Amino acid sequence: FVPGCFSVLVPQATPVAVFKLSNDFKEDPNPMKVNLGVGAYRTDEGQPWVLPVVKKVEKLIVADNRLNHEYLPILGLPEFRSSASKIALGEDSPAIQENRVGAVQCLGGTGALKMGAEFLRRWYNGNDNMKTPVYVSAPTWENHNSVFANAGFEDVRPYKYWDAEKRGLDLAGFLGDLETAPKHSIFVLHACAHNPTGTDPTHMEWTQVAEVMKRRKLFVFFDSAYQGFASGCLDKDAWAVRYFVTQGFEMFCAQSFSKNFGLYNERVGNLTIVARDADNVRRVLSQMEKIVRVTWSNPPSQGARLVAITLNTAELFAEWKDNVKTMADRVLLMRASLQAKLQALGTPGTWDHITQQIGMFSFTGLNPKQVEYMIKERSIYLMASGRINMCGLTTKNIDYVAKSIHETVVNVQ
Amino acid sequence: MSSSWWSEVQMGPPDPILGVSEAYKRDTNPKKINLGVGAYRDDQGKPYVLSCVRKAEAQIAAKKLDKEYLAIGGLGDFTKACAKLALGDDNEVIKSGRNITVQTISGTGSLRIGANFLSRFHTEARDVYLPKPSWGNHTPIFRDAGMQLKAYTYYDPKTCGFDFQGALNDISKIPEKSVIMLHACAHNPTGVDPRPEQWKEIADLVKKRNLLVFFDMAYQGFASGDIDRDAWAVRYFIEQGHNIVLSQSFAKNMGLYGERVGGFTVVCKDAEEAKRVESQLKILIRPIYSNPPMNGARIAATILNTPDLYKEWLGEVHGMANRIITMRELLVANLKKEGSTRNWKHVIDQIGMFCFTGLKPEQVERLTKEFSIYMTKDGRISMAGVTSGNVGYLAQGIHAVTK
Repeated sequence: FVPGCFSVLVPQATPVAVFKLSNDFKEDPNPMKVNLGVGAYRTDEGQPWVLPVVKKVEKLIVADNRLNHEYLPILGLPEFRSSASKIALGEDSPAIQENRVGAVQCLGGTGALKMGAEFLRRWYNGNDNMKTPVYVSAPTWENHNSVFANAGFEDVRPYKYWDAEKRGLDLAGFLGDLETAPKHSIFVLHACAHNPTGTDPTHMEWTQVAEVMKRRKLFVFFDSAYQGFASGCLDKDAWAVRYFVTQGFEMFCAQSFSKNFGLYNERVGNLTIVARDADNVRRVLSQMEKIVRVTWSNPPSQGARLVAITLNTAELFAEWKDNVKTMADRVLLMRASLQAKLQALGTPGTWDHITQQIGMFSFTGLNPKQVEYMIKERSIYLMASGRINMCGLTTKNIDYVAKSIHETVVNVQ
Repeated sequence: MSSSWWSEVQMGPPDPILGVSEAYKRDTNPKKINLGVGAYRDDQGKPYVLSCVRKAEAQIAAKKLDKEYLAIGGLGDFTKACAKLALGDDNEVIKSGRNITVQTISGTGSLRIGANFLSRFHTEARDVYLPKPSWGNHTPIFRDAGMQLKAYTYYDPKTCGFDFQGALNDISKIPEKSVIMLHACAHNPTGVDPRPEQWKEIADLVKKRNLLVFFDMAYQGFASGDIDRDAWAVRYFIEQGHNIVLSQSFAKNMGLYGERVGGFTVVCKDAEEAKRVESQLKILIRPIYSNPPMNGARIAATILNTPDLYKEWLGEVHGMANRIITMRELLVANLKKEGSTRNWKHVIDQIGMFCFTGLKPEQVERLTKEFSIYMTKDGRISMAGVTSGNVGYLAQGIHAVTK
């Protein structure tokens, strides 16, 4: 009898980079160390922040004896789904008024992308068409590739996005890829606060993107993980998503409430579906149910409850928007501060991109060698791509970080 | 109006199990009874939040914890306790570190991760053998993961019991290295479990056939009321040298249904293999949901790791199991009172949340249409939905469609 039928076949997998970075940071004994890795908000004391409104609503939930732990419906908590979609599309969205919006509560933004990807693979562009190209931005959140590949798509490709030389959007490249993509290709667009570059198209640029996508019949799949977090204003951050709706697109929008509600570990996400009419929504949702059933059966209730109560109660909703602005404002402050310090130090290069970029992340422009130097010599942990999490900066460590960037850029090429 | 991407998308049929509850909800008959989903109800027919759960929640709230992402494999305090619960505190597997246990999205999520893992790494055989019948969702889960489904005889409709010889015959023909699914206790949907001596013979045969054992344990504690007794088969197989994979759910035994608390365990040949397997499980999990939800796992971990909460929990699980046993007895007594001459012994012999009544689809349909009594087409009823208040009406209905 051979114990472990697969004993020789399971190779050690390489760990996911961002988690390895956090691990290395944890083990570093240097008291000056700074973690600019994982995308989670931190206060100026460098601590995680449970939003005051979340604490309030949690107390309400624990105290409410009418609430139990019964299964949610397969598609999730109805009050959560509808209020979450309203957040993305706007309360007065024509699509909502025309009753052609549906939603699936999912496990975080990842879960929403996953459900959307699984549905598209089965039902878009023919049945079970794994050959439909899926375009993700170059660069993008690394898990985008895995989500679509694991859903069965055989052809996940990059579209031009980041111009490393000018440290901004490669609009011509982006539009060019849209023009040459095979018809019906799926494009994953970052609704705002592009991860990892922090570089978003302007409104004008979005209209150009939309024009090509409409003309060439490309599928719009928005990833909205930072609504509210980018500018501090929910509506401003949803401009692109809402614009595409007014342009008549049928589309998916994967929403995450991890960052803007600080509910990272409760896995609160929503896949918003905008379709031609209610009948299409109905059929799409019925098939989404089948996919949910073989993946997680029904979603977790705590986080959805929390968000639903908050969004559907006027004072709590106002308090939440305020909490979101608090986070966004601190990030903006750190951006301004870092840029000013680098300028004052006379660090070679231009550093305007630090304040022009938006959201949690900044693509510093540091190359892999420079990143390695930062980590090894200065105990400042950032991704090999040069991406930093602005939330890792505080008034206490920003001088050290600025000086270290300066030293790195001067000494390492 | 221009056309839609989704014009060719068909309307999917309602879920055979969850769809029953949805139909029940729409029914306006005041006498309606929901015997569909396996969710526990108290004797007033209400959902039951365990006292130990409320206490754990209060303790957790007082700790003011943050909401940072869990590791991909979940909450360590939970996964360790989860493995101990299944395998026993002193299990050699845990001591030697040769198990990897990850937190999953309840039982479904666990089965799905398991199916994905086997599909990717157990390439020598693509067939999964399920008992006939099995939980309705097993088949679509494994199929969606790319495995092929086959069956082995299990339920004997003539006796409404276990077809032991039939099972052994079929198992003896299963090709080597195939995956065999075994329900650890409280078989769903039949409620029919092998006796220990029978488990021993099955274990032996499975070893001879060199099969990979996948245990589904969704009802630990719920079957007999005793945690260790219900895990006996799992522990026996491991003792006999089977390196099993195991799915656990805390939906029923802790009443944490909507919090989605589960675990997936792979028993490996050694700690080194466990590390490799763990790294691959993470790679499978990340593109589905990145990392699991905290709330339910935190509650479960608190209960499992706090002695007086754990003790209270054992008592409450025992209580739930006992109420079900009582309902079984009451149902049979009421059927006799109605004048039924059929043999209903199986209702008492079967164990756990479900009873395979032996009703045929036409009879089930009549029960639903004429009496507003809801159950799945296969005649499975959730005993947890039976109360001293509705058992009389239920007996009336069943007798009416079977006399």
